[in-house]
Amino acid sequence: MKSESHIDEDRQSLWLLTISPAIWAAHFLLSYLGASLACGAGLAITLVHTAVGAGTMLALAAIAFIGWQAWQRLNYGDEQAPHDADSPEDRHRFLGLATLLLSMLSAIAIIFATVSVFMVTTCA
Amino acid sequence: MAGHANAMNDPEALGPPPSEELQRAQKERLRAAWKTPEGWRYWSAVNNSVVGQWYTAATLFFLIFGGLLALLMRAQLALPNNTLLGPEKYNQVFTLHGSVMMFLFALPIFEAVSILFLPQMLGARELPFPRLSAFGFWAFAIGGIFLCLSIFFNSAPNGGWFMYPPLTSKFEPGIGADMWLLGFSFIEVSAIAASVELIVGVLKCRPPGMRINLIPLYGWYVLVAAVMVLFAFPPLIVGSLMLELERAFDWPFFRPSGGGDPLLWQHLFWLFGHPEVYIIFLPSVALVAMIIPTFARTPIVGYSWIVLSAIGTGFLSFGLWVHHMFTTGLPNITLALFSAASQAVAIPTGVQIFCFIGTLLVGRVQRSLPMLWIFGGLATFVMGGLTGVMVAVATFNFQAHDTHFVVAHLHSVLIGGTVFPFAAAVYYYYPLINGKHLSERLGRISFWLLFTGFSITFLPMHLTGLKGMPRRVYTYPAGVGLDGLNLVSSIGAVILAAGFAVLLWDIFRPKGRQPLSERNPWNAGTLEWLQEMPGEAWGVRSIPEIDSRYPLWEQPDFVRHVDEGRFYLPDAEEGKREMMITSVIDARPVQCLRIPGNTFVTLLAAIFTGGIFIFPTFKMWWPMAVSTVLALVTIIKWLWDGSGMIPEKEQKDVGLGVTLPLYTSGPTSSGWWGMLITMLADITAFMSIVFGFFFYWTLKQEFPPASTPQLSAQWPLIALGMLLSSWLLTLAANSWNKQDFARMFYVGAAGAVVLAVLGTAALVAGPWLAHMDPKQHVYTASVWLLVAWTALHSLVGAIMLLYCMARRAAGRMTARYDIDIGNVTLYWHFAAIMAAITVALIAGFPHLT
Repeated sequence: MKSESHIDEDRQSLWLLTISPAIWAAHFLLSYLGASLACGAGLAITLVHTAVGAGTMLALAAIAFIGWQAWQRLNYGDEQAPHDADSPEDRHRFLGLATLLLSMLSAIAIIFATVSVFMVTTCA
Repeated sequence: MAGHANAMNDPEALGPPPSEELQRAQKERLRAAWKTPEGWRYWSAVNNSVVGQWYTAATLFFLIFGGLLALLMRAQLALPNNTLLGPEKYNQVFTLHGSVMMFLFALPIFEAVSILFLPQMLGARELPFPRLSAFGFWAFAIGGIFLCLSIFFNSAPNGGWFMYPPLTSKFEPGIGADMWLLGFSFIEVSAIAASVELIVGVLKCRPPGMRINLIPLYGWYVLVAAVMVLFAFPPLIVGSLMLELERAFDWPFFRPSGGGDPLLWQHLFWLFGHPEVYIIFLPSVALVAMIIPTFARTPIVGYSWIVLSAIGTGFLSFGLWVHHMFTTGLPNITLALFSAASQAVAIPTGVQIFCFIGTLLVGRVQRSLPMLWIFGGLATFVMGGLTGVMVAVATFNFQAHDTHFVVAHLHSVLIGGTVFPFAAAVYYYYPLINGKHLSERLGRISFWLLFTGFSITFLPMHLTGLKGMPRRVYTYPAGVGLDGLNLVSSIGAVILAAGFAVLLWDIFRPKGRQPLSERNPWNAGTLEWLQEMPGEAWGVRSIPEIDSRYPLWEQPDFVRHVDEGRFYLPDAEEGKREMMITSVIDARPVQCLRIPGNTFVTLLAAIFTGGIFIFPTFKMWWPMAVSTVLALVTIIKWLWDGSGMIPEKEQKDVGLGVTLPLYTSGPTSSGWWGMLITMLADITAFMSIVFGFFFYWTLKQEFPPASTPQLSAQWPLIALGMLLSSWLLTLAANSWNKQDFARMFYVGAAGAVVLAVLGTAALVAGPWLAHMDPKQHVYTASVWLLVAWTALHSLVGAIMLLYCMARRAAGRMTARYDIDIGNVTLYWHFAAIMAAITVALIAGFPHLT
């Protein structure tokens, strides 16, 4: 009864949904703590900008990778939305879409945070 | 649309209906197994339908209590220079109002409603740990009543519901603050218990075929909210513990003269407090998401978008906490980051509202009372949301902070986002409770009173605040432009209260002569409406095979098939309460779970656990110690008789050609998941202490300070060696048990117990022999707190191992039936991590700095 297909339940995980938001959380926390510590230690704000900017590039790249995985799941087969059939294929597409949307939201939130950091030009 | 004929995914086509005689006999057996006890034994019930009703009724009682306190405040503020309450009483009243509404109404109502209806929405008979629900309810009721009584003895907490030190440490000598800290910690523990139950419920107790893309949206929202509880509540529990240690024993966590910092409390409190707003809000939107498709007569639009919305909000809401602290002098860059996150959360929040509007546009909307409440709620909530975006802007926040503008904002969000949807759900779901409808006429009266009363109270309050009236001050002078606005608000509050009175009267009025509602009166599509009128204690007649998001709409003859018992578990041949455990993603059946029935042991456990929290309030240490021992004994008794029972046979035919094991252990079982989730909350609490440690380090020039005794690495390292060996021996014991090496198992487990106890002693010996005094400095206090936390966990781990040895000796655990030792091993993974981090911090950290 068991097929070797890559959409089998055994090869799926709900954790996939949480990776992009977790990347947002890590970026957010590191930016917050890093900026506080750097400013507290009297380092230049440009250093904070550079570090947060680099972190953003890294985070967005990771999210893009997750988003790409999600996109492929979403486009598995040729069924259209809504993905509400009782089939492993529709479940697969649904998880893809939800992951993709969460990746997009996480990317937006990261860009928000980065812009806000760049708008602050002093450590005070 | 859903392909319900997708037979290749289903186990077997439905057979012919059983004979009427057999159906009757099956129903009799089910009824007997699930019977609600009568007479005084009624209070021993643990079934979700009964406990859920108690829980809901108790939260409504606290709503009335909190509402009366609000009326007192509005009476005091109606006129300038009023002396009705006076400053001391006013402080108690607003503190208790906020605390009661938050901790005893808004949050538990979500647990109550979920315990009541979640199993039915999932076509399940029960939640996986019914006794835990009952325990949670009793803990909640005992703690809540204890707190509410305080005001009658003029000893209520009076430092505001967020309890900022030093106001609540140095300047509040009475027992009020202790009651708050200990009482609410007790209630928070019960909230975590409910979350464990709900998470395992959504992940493991769905009906077969209900894949992850078919879950009712309520399930998604509850899953997210319950996970949020796991990460939001532990910081507050730890913060409360630290503040209580400062109050009772003078450990200076928040006292600058001892190196502490009151801002840490604000961080810990709001790390809980902001997510909590969404923990309250998400389950209420979830109700809206269940109701709207019914009255739009169409499936929800944008299911995946709503899932995005729930999960996205859940995450982002943890990045907002500092926006409650914009005026504490944090660096601009911090303000900017948290301001940005506070704006970003509006995106997922808005998305779900657009999905609701979209559903209404696509469908043919029927006018109905629940929809009226929902529209009122949406309008109010959107207004509160928009003022929320305003106060998320740091510069505006400086102006509005701690004024009545914030009071108006938070009440718009909470009443619009929670109370109105809840009222909609009351009118919608009431027939599921006792088979009767509420009154359409009273409902309309109540809605218009509440809606206009709310607007008259809170719209002017925005202006009161902008004009500069601070919150939490018992009066204001005449003639500064506040008189008229306050009077209007107070008149509005009376109308609002009248609306609540009508609503509550409608809920509680006797309905004996009223006819029963028809079945599925709103013609809804989701599983909870399978219920007959009135419902049976067994919940669902047979556990259905699901092919669609709206089975009642889309699966032909669905209700008849369920009723005839043609799906799973239509019988209780052995007279036991049984339910199905399925896999997380595709809901494949994996176990037929037997759950324990009615008992008083949970009530006793709640009473004794309550003693652990309540006696210290009065500095009664001996009664507390006795209570602790009794709680331990009761809980062990509860587990001994009610968990991991060995079934009389390996497997059971559950129908439709499916045979399932009656006993599983490890990740397939619900118990393992329960332990995992509990430990996630536990380690979050531990990490909050670690967070505090690093917080002090970033703040202080010298941490650890030279004036405190230095801890040599010797004892902590010995302790770590012993505790890690204890952990490894536990792993070995688990493995030996599996291979049925009985003697090896006993030796391994006993060795682990001895090492755990010795390791605990060595851990305590470190700071003890170094003469570290926790009162001296926040560093020594933090070391002691980490040591105490880890020591407690090691000792509890030792007790667990002893329990497993006793179970095996009594024949209640074997090589095959090994859930106990499996779960204890899981516990020990976490205990080992905590031990390692503790030792790294107390022994290694001083060398780094």
